[in-house]
Amino acid sequence: MLEFVLARYNYWIVIILMMTGLYIVFSRGNLVKTLIGLNLFQTSVFIFYITVGKVVGGTAPILVGDYTGESHGDDHDTGKKHSGETHSDALSSEDAAAAIRGELTNELHADGNDHHGQGTGESLHLAPENAGRNDLFSGTAESQGGAYITRESRAADPHHAEGAAEAMTEVLYSNPLPHVLILTAIVVGVATTAVGLAIAVRIREAYGTVEEDDLDDMDNKAQLAEASF
Amino acid sequence: MFVNDLPVLPVILPLIAAPICLLLPNTKLPGMFASLIAAVAAFASVLLLLQVIDSGPLTYNMGGWAAPLGIAYRIDLAGAIVMTLVATMAAFTLPYAINSVETEIVRSQTSAFFAMFLICFSGLIGVVATGDAFNVFVFLEISSLSTYTLVALGAKHDRRALTAAFTYLILGTIGATFFVIGLGLLYQMTGTLNMLDLHERLDGQDNKVIRAAFAFILTGLGLKLAMFPLHRWLPNAYTFAPSAVTAFLASTATKVAIYAMLRFLFTVYGFNFEFMNIAFTFFIILGMLGMFVGSLIAVFREDVKMIFAYSSVAQIGYMLLGISFATTAGVSAALVYVVNHAVTKAALFMAIGAVFYAMGSQRMAAFRGLAKRMPVTCGALIVSGLALIGVPLTAGFISKWLLVQAAFDTVLAVPSLLIVLFIVGTTLLAIAYVGRLVWEMTLREPEGQVEIKPVPRLMLVPMLAMAFLCIYLGIDADWLVNLSRTAAQQLLDTGLGTGGAF
Repeated sequence: MLEFVLARYNYWIVIILMMTGLYIVFSRGNLVKTLIGLNLFQTSVFIFYITVGKVVGGTAPILVGDYTGESHGDDHDTGKKHSGETHSDALSSEDAAAAIRGELTNELHADGNDHHGQGTGESLHLAPENAGRNDLFSGTAESQGGAYITRESRAADPHHAEGAAEAMTEVLYSNPLPHVLILTAIVVGVATTAVGLAIAVRIREAYGTVEEDDLDDMDNKAQLAEASF
Repeated sequence: MFVNDLPVLPVILPLIAAPICLLLPNTKLPGMFASLIAAVAAFASVLLLLQVIDSGPLTYNMGGWAAPLGIAYRIDLAGAIVMTLVATMAAFTLPYAINSVETEIVRSQTSAFFAMFLICFSGLIGVVATGDAFNVFVFLEISSLSTYTLVALGAKHDRRALTAAFTYLILGTIGATFFVIGLGLLYQMTGTLNMLDLHERLDGQDNKVIRAAFAFILTGLGLKLAMFPLHRWLPNAYTFAPSAVTAFLASTATKVAIYAMLRFLFTVYGFNFEFMNIAFTFFIILGMLGMFVGSLIAVFREDVKMIFAYSSVAQIGYMLLGISFATTAGVSAALVYVVNHAVTKAALFMAIGAVFYAMGSQRMAAFRGLAKRMPVTCGALIVSGLALIGVPLTAGFISKWLLVQAAFDTVLAVPSLLIVLFIVGTTLLAIAYVGRLVWEMTLREPEGQVEIKPVPRLMLVPMLAMAFLCIYLGIDADWLVNLSRTAAQQLLDTGLGTGGAF
């Protein structure tokens, strides 16, 4: 039971955020607060998408092997963005390669996901089955250290990477597509917030308030005045 | 080269033209430029329609990337029909907007207005053209975001446009976010976003996640298309938006959402998904309630634009009804309804906009005895009003006839007779609210002598063209009905998994 709850840590956050956001949207009278609620609601969806694409121990989807040397600088950056924790977990390539054989490799077109979806039915998770936890839950990340192949390890130690290239033609990486998708959705969200705030400013100019109750009052009065006229 | 890029041309053209439009001075120039672009896009979409009729569904791979990896645009017959409709509406509404907007929005916002209009247009066409589920979301939001701004621009005349736009923004965004959640769940289960791929991989699958995705997507689209209990944003947004915007939105925005709904119901999910039947029963009930409540409220409104905004809520109920029959007859009736209602509502709102231009008011009192003073506009208003009711020889008659026919031919959870009685009953309500307007216009004497500004020809011509179409589509209906039937057949064939559109 505890396992079930903890393994879905991200989803609980998503649900809590989503409901909080929706509640704020419906309950708050202040237009700016409504927009903040809307933002929370959207953020929950962003987290949801990111969770969907994340594979435990997966790295950023970058070409490895021959390309390692040339794209050294990029690797370093991505490694940092990827996850702070992995810094300490740098492994020797042999360990990593061994670990990978036990793992399900995530392919770009998410065939792994497909298989997973049908296989387990009740699980919402995209991660390989034997890695049932998400590494955003830091405790899990620690315990599954063995499953990590970090970009960091190779970036820091190019000599090692040479030999590792053959062993690691199949690198475990997170599914980039949901992350890219949600980037689009974030842009849409920012635009929505901007338009919403702009309208709120205009409402403030026109009505002198941004409290929904007062606005409704004024609108109703206007309607009554029209009707009697 | 242009012929090869035809499927993407109506989307790209307005999108590129919009920033150029923004740079133009605030004179009549941006309006003329936008009209020209819309006319070209309409021409392209007509060519596209002819090509689809000729050689079946078209595929266009964005950037040359093949379907599952890249974004593919797929245009089948249903898509081509709706795309042609949207583009034609834009081509008629934009010239109308040039003069109408001069009085209705702040002068310094003219070029921005037309830029927004073009973006909205491009977004709507994009929803129709794309074959990628996430792309639908992006285009829906492109069109919605510009729509919020367009509605808010009505604030020059009435500040309530601002609150209406804000409500629309909140509800529209919730709808869009629901839609994205649904897509996320679908992606999680299938690992693809291409509609064709989705359909193949969802085939035969049924579990809680897929059902949740279904519910999220339909609720999200329901908010966008103002399905009955989710329609709260619509009446105010339509009432307080500038006339040209109302005419365009009423004839396209909800229709495109209906199209997206059709796509997800039949192309993505299909009939092998058992949950569909529950959804259809749900739609029938909501559609009937929407028809009734929308029409009933419309009878008691004093603002003429508000009357027809509520009537739009009711009409969406009819379209949902057609879809929920889930037969070729039903879906083709819904498609015919989409086209006919778009034309009718465009004519109506253009005529109301003309009256507003002349009188500076859109309340019932302003229409009193107007038939003598503005015979042409009132003629258009009466013709389109009759088409809305569904009087024989008008477009509305054909669509209602097809709907009733489809209802009798289908075995449903709700008895067909009850549905038909509802259709007839709400038609009576439509007679009540249209009749009231016609009575005020023709049989009552005008009170006081308000100065009437002559309506420019550029507004009258699109309005009369739409009114003419209302009658034309009622007399020469065969081609549209046959076209819709083929389109519906293709859609349902895909739903049944027997090939067809995709």
